[in-house]
Amino acid sequence: MEGNLNLTLKIWRQKNAQTAGKFETYQVSGISEDMSFLEMIDVLNNRLIEEGDDPVAFDHDCREGICGMCSMYINGRPHGPNKGVTTCQLHMRSFQDGQTITIEPWRAEAFPVIKDLVVNRSAFDRIIAAGGFISVNTGNAQDANSLPIPKDHADDAFAAAACIGCGACVAACKNASAMLFTSAKISQLALLPQGQAERAKRAEAMVAQMDEEGFGACSNTGACEAECPKGISLENIARMNREYFSAVFTSK
Amino acid sequence: MTKLDAKIPEGSLAEKWTKYRSSVSLVNPANKRNLEVVIVGSGLAGASAAASLAELGYKVKVFCFQDSPRRAHSIAAQGGINAAKNYQNDGDSIFRLFYDTIKGGDYRAREANVHRLAEVSGNIIDQCVAQGVPFAREYGGLLSNRSFGGTQVQRTFYAAGQTGQQLLLGAYSALQRQVGMGNVQLYARHEMLDVVVVDGKARGIIARNLVSGELERHFGHAVLLCTGGYGNVFYLSTNAMGSNVTAAWKAHKKGAFFANPCYTQIHPTCIPVSGDHQSKLTLMSESLRNDGRIWVPKKKDDPRKANEIPEDERDYYLERRYPAFGNLVPRDIASRAAKERCDAGYGVGASKMAVYLDFAAAIIRYGKAEANKRNLHQVSDEEIQALGKEVVKEKYGNLFDMYKQITGEDPYEQPMRIYPAVHYTMGGLWVDYNLMTTVPGLYALGEANFSDHGANRLGASALMQGLADGYFVIPYTIGAYLASEIRTPALSTDSEAFVNAEKAVQEQIDKLMSIKGTKSVDYFHKKLGLIMWNKCGMARNEEGLKMAIAEIQELRKEFWSDVRIPGEANNLNPELEKAGRVADFLELGELMCKDALERNESCGGHFREEYQTEDGEALRDDENFAYVAAWEYLSESKFELHKEELKFENIKIAQRSYK
Ligand SMILES: Cc1cc2nc3c(=O)[nH]c(=O)nc-3n(C[C@H](O)[C@H](O)[C@H](O)COP(=O)(O)OP(=O)(O)OC[C@H]3O[C@@H](n4cnc5c(N)ncnc54)[C@H](O)[C@@H]3O)c2cc1C
Ligand code: SF4
Ligand code: FES
Repeated sequence: MEGNLNLTLKIWRQKNAQTAGKFETYQVSGISEDMSFLEMIDVLNNRLIEEGDDPVAFDHDCREGICGMCSMYINGRPHGPNKGVTTCQLHMRSFQDGQTITIEPWRAEAFPVIKDLVVNRSAFDRIIAAGGFISVNTGNAQDANSLPIPKDHADDAFAAAACIGCGACVAACKNASAMLFTSAKISQLALLPQGQAERAKRAEAMVAQMDEEGFGACSNTGACEAECPKGISLENIARMNREYFSAVFTSK
Repeated sequence: MTKLDAKIPEGSLAEKWTKYRSSVSLVNPANKRNLEVVIVGSGLAGASAAASLAELGYKVKVFCFQDSPRRAHSIAAQGGINAAKNYQNDGDSIFRLFYDTIKGGDYRAREANVHRLAEVSGNIIDQCVAQGVPFAREYGGLLSNRSFGGTQVQRTFYAAGQTGQQLLLGAYSALQRQVGMGNVQLYARHEMLDVVVVDGKARGIIARNLVSGELERHFGHAVLLCTGGYGNVFYLSTNAMGSNVTAAWKAHKKGAFFANPCYTQIHPTCIPVSGDHQSKLTLMSESLRNDGRIWVPKKKDDPRKANEIPEDERDYYLERRYPAFGNLVPRDIASRAAKERCDAGYGVGASKMAVYLDFAAAIIRYGKAEANKRNLHQVSDEEIQALGKEVVKEKYGNLFDMYKQITGEDPYEQPMRIYPAVHYTMGGLWVDYNLMTTVPGLYALGEANFSDHGANRLGASALMQGLADGYFVIPYTIGAYLASEIRTPALSTDSEAFVNAEKAVQEQIDKLMSIKGTKSVDYFHKKLGLIMWNKCGMARNEEGLKMAIAEIQELRKEFWSDVRIPGEANNLNPELEKAGRVADFLELGELMCKDALERNESCGGHFREEYQTEDGEALRDDENFAYVAAWEYLSESKFELHKEELKFENIKIAQRSYK
């Protein structure tokens, strides 16, 4: 016992993609406020292993809020109650003794469940493969300082590039739209001079791939922005729409 | 005598790489299309190599255990990447970067490799900018630089505190472009569990599909391991949870020598352990030491809060011991000094295993400067504080937020508590100048090899090395091998070598699943970590190392008879994945201790208590230990040492001093 939080956890358990899932209820006690949310799950899992049960599968790696791997839907909100915080950086001092916490995977058609809280987000990789790059082979670059970029453009591009590809925006959206994620990459590259040559092609290809993956449409509720742990702004979606429509109007 | 040939090209240091590039064998484009390359790892080293080789026309397969290549551990690097651009006109040059790296590594790295690294460093920045990596810029639109420990120039390029993320996303987008074009096949959520060697050459891998649990055989004319470092042998480290040694260790057991395993970097500024639940440690970037002052109370076991301890009762021990470099001494030195104070009973916080990193002086200094800038007169102390905090927030805001999130304490109001933590491993698979291991056709890139950092790595040099290896070195050096492979057809994966390798992997999995013991994998991992930390960590001695070796052997036995892995092998099973990794750590740990025991000197991150100067500094023995220790695997607990002598022809070898 390291602390004095006693909690009830309702966790989504699902053996694999082919099997239906359901909630299971677990009690954990002696949780310390200094634990991260994932360390609290570690405590539960260690007990389940000792008792001979299957531990809860969940995605995580860096536990520093940067790799984008962790992905829990906690009490109805992706990454839990705090703004600008990923699941792995959420700490137990944000919860109260006696509280019930419901934990689910991301829910979206384009993110099928693999097991328990683990989902398949490879659709994001395919959106990037469709056009989220600048076509420059290794060795073709000019001297880095031969291309001055105004600081505010560089800063704006950086702000868009801060997306960690976690998918919380999709999980937060009632239409499971991937507009915030896709627009962040389109914006980053559209804001930089290096990205200009492929601007139109990029917007068209990425949007087409996004649709093909089965993500929903955007109905401007702003839930994505509110839940994004990296503060990716809705302005990116507006910029993407401009990029896309001007591409469609000018092409062919 | 020795089996090691580093294949360093002839000629003067500055000409080696240029001459090599213009004389190395080439593979013509039509032949490249028939040559397959397996790349394990999608971090900076793996992603950059995969993109570059696919652009050249090779058929590439990429493997990573995460759900996407973008999540490789490189994503977490904070501070920056070095390059000898001399954009600041402050006297930087290729030679200076080369010199700083060799000196910082305490004269235990190979000159030719390090010089090549410095030569290509500038190209890396060019390439990344061309890809759209949003580096920090000045108002004039040009790139901005900061300084890092162990250097006197500003050569570090950065993107706020997220440099690794931005560099990796650049390499990842180049990789995804090749995936989209069909030149690279991607295998995410796949873990490589063995190298397949046919007639003495690496010809492929056995990988486990982590979702279905199926074992797969993959052929390659060459295999590149870009699988990162093994800091997690200590259980607690700043590495990501999944970082592991399995790929490198399996290669080692198939004939690849493991070099300098005992060289571990312990980073001085990390958030201290808060309890038994701790699953990992979080770095507070080296850049904080530009403005933070490190201290402990002068009185032992001082019960007062930091803010209640007056100035003259504080011991700014780095400034006291190292007046010339002060708080910016290299990492190995800062870490040992913190340990020395805490061991002597001056540590702070509940555990007493922490020191203060204090920004109060910086806040006042910046506050006053800001008041001057804004032409404010008669400003109160509170106003100065407020102005200063604004400046500090702009510089380090994201790190301060992260600290608060984790500890619940506000570093603007009270000093941070920090302690050293395992961060990086300089050791790794031995490679020659071509980055090839001692197994023909098997290469190691990035943190997985031992190549460039000697016994201590300088800040911002790992990102540089990973990208140098992948973008600018391997595309040339792999030609030297593949040019003679153009007549080798793709081998059938039904051949005996593949079948046997798969069978051996399957047997290990079956064995692990069948133990059905009483203790979790973490139980063993934590125990191993403690042995390593206490006896093969910041300070080592003969007696402790010998004890550690016996304890690890004992623990390994217990693991193989009492570990409990729930679930099934034919489904996603994170406990099974962890078990395989910990099984390998349990073998590696022993070799690390043996290496540390054999090296009767102190150098860089390797501090043997028996070998220190009168004032407690590391005492090198260049006469007897100026070599790379490359270990060959013979059988369980049996390794043979091979030595690659290090020759310093372009640098005068000297005692490192930062006083
Ligand atoms: C917190 C932190 C901050 C840092 N900051 C800096 C910094 O500011 N500057 C700097 O220069 N360096 C920094 N470093 C060091 C630097 O980040 C790493 O050394 C570097 O990124 C390693 O890159 P890599 O490509 O070699 O390996 P990694 O990025 O670790 O990639 C390893 C890859 O191998 C794969 N892999 C591993 N094993 C297997 C297997 N068996 N099967 C399949 N795939 C496998 C993984 O999936 C992953 O894709 C930092 C390190 C840490 C921990
Ligand atoms: S936009 Fe935000 S929520 Fe969506 S993937 Fe990126 S970081 Fe996650
Ligand atoms: S585990 Fe990496 S962002 Fe949470």
